[in-house]
Amino acid sequence: MATVAAVIASTHHPFYYRASTSTGDERPPFADEWVAKIETFRETLTRAEPDLLVMVGSDHFHQLWLDNMPQFLVGKAPFYDGNWYNEEREFGLPRLRLAGDEELSSHILRGGLDRDFDLAFSNELRIDHSITCPIITLRPQADLPIVPIYTNIFAPPMPQPRRFVQLGRAIREMVEAWESDKRVAIIGTGHLSLELGGPRQFGEHGPDPEFDRKAIGWIASGDIEGCCGDVTLDSLHLPGNATHGFMDFMLMMGVAGEGVKADHVDSLDLFHTMEAYFTWYPEGALS
Amino acid sequence: MSKYLLDKFLYTVDRDPDLVELYRADPAGMVEWWEAEMANAILNCHSGEKSTWLEFTETERDALVRQDHVALFEMGAHPFLTLTLFIAMFERDHGPLEYQIAYGRAMEHLHLPYPDIAT
Repeated sequence: MATVAAVIASTHHPFYYRASTSTGDERPPFADEWVAKIETFRETLTRAEPDLLVMVGSDHFHQLWLDNMPQFLVGKAPFYDGNWYNEEREFGLPRLRLAGDEELSSHILRGGLDRDFDLAFSNELRIDHSITCPIITLRPQADLPIVPIYTNIFAPPMPQPRRFVQLGRAIREMVEAWESDKRVAIIGTGHLSLELGGPRQFGEHGPDPEFDRKAIGWIASGDIEGCCGDVTLDSLHLPGNATHGFMDFMLMMGVAGEGVKADHVDSLDLFHTMEAYFTWYPEGALS
Repeated sequence: MSKYLLDKFLYTVDRDPDLVELYRADPAGMVEWWEAEMANAILNCHSGEKSTWLEFTETERDALVRQDHVALFEMGAHPFLTLTLFIAMFERDHGPLEYQIAYGRAMEHLHLPYPDIAT
């Protein structure tokens, strides 16, 4: 059976690429600290020696649109092109291409449907920065095949937060039940408190530092019940109007397991948003 | 109210560099053209197929022509779509983050709960 070599949850800040590659006057004052934290975070994946990556993210109205909006979608394709014109324009993100693993995609689609998740699928999926940002931060050589899984955290009506946790648990079970000798890292990205296009955007910190502090505590300690007791679709409007992206962190808590403490926890208070990085090693802490 | 159509406008313009420039340069002409030619186009579908029923209200059309991001927010247009497109059009006229900060400040009088963005 396949081995879950690492479980990783992260924010996906689209400005990291530009901040980390800029020089001279263009380089923001926080770039060096940010790069140092990312390089430490990257090492947590490298150390797990993965063969392929399951990547959980969310399409930001690129390929998925309101005329045909899936709640949960699994990519099943031999390749995935990455990044879109408006991400090059606004964030300076590079185009890239990743290989797929259709066998694991098929396994997750079949297994998900049989576990009562009515998963949509795509045989031609161009991934966006919710998946390419963690490639840039965690595996910049972009040399491993991926299985992308998209969730709807963007266009109401959305699934309940608890459903994200359940899907995370199912993804973990399905990867562990896959007849393969591969080492699989499961990586998902979301947001802590975030405001986009509203009055609280682009402040000196994220829009709700108190929510961020609680959220990091839930994730770091694997406190799924505490988190689910506090978070609802309605309550997520309060910390910031794009905070439903936190449900992808909840999905990753489901992957990591109830009460399982993260082996690596880090955060960085930036303008506009709090960055947060978590790694779990299901095989036991790797030195 | 046709929040879906407002979102469709923002989405289709934002993804096309020529339309971004057209909307920046000639908002009234652009909105008129878009409503006549694009509003009923079924996206991600065989080309040439069209719906028959989509049109802006007068208030919506006016907010788009005035490029009034606050009014669009108050109507429940998806804030991510509005922000992304407006940054594409206007960030270039300002210093780093200056436009994004001013964009938020123009909405300081708005409080929770924000307008519903469900379509």
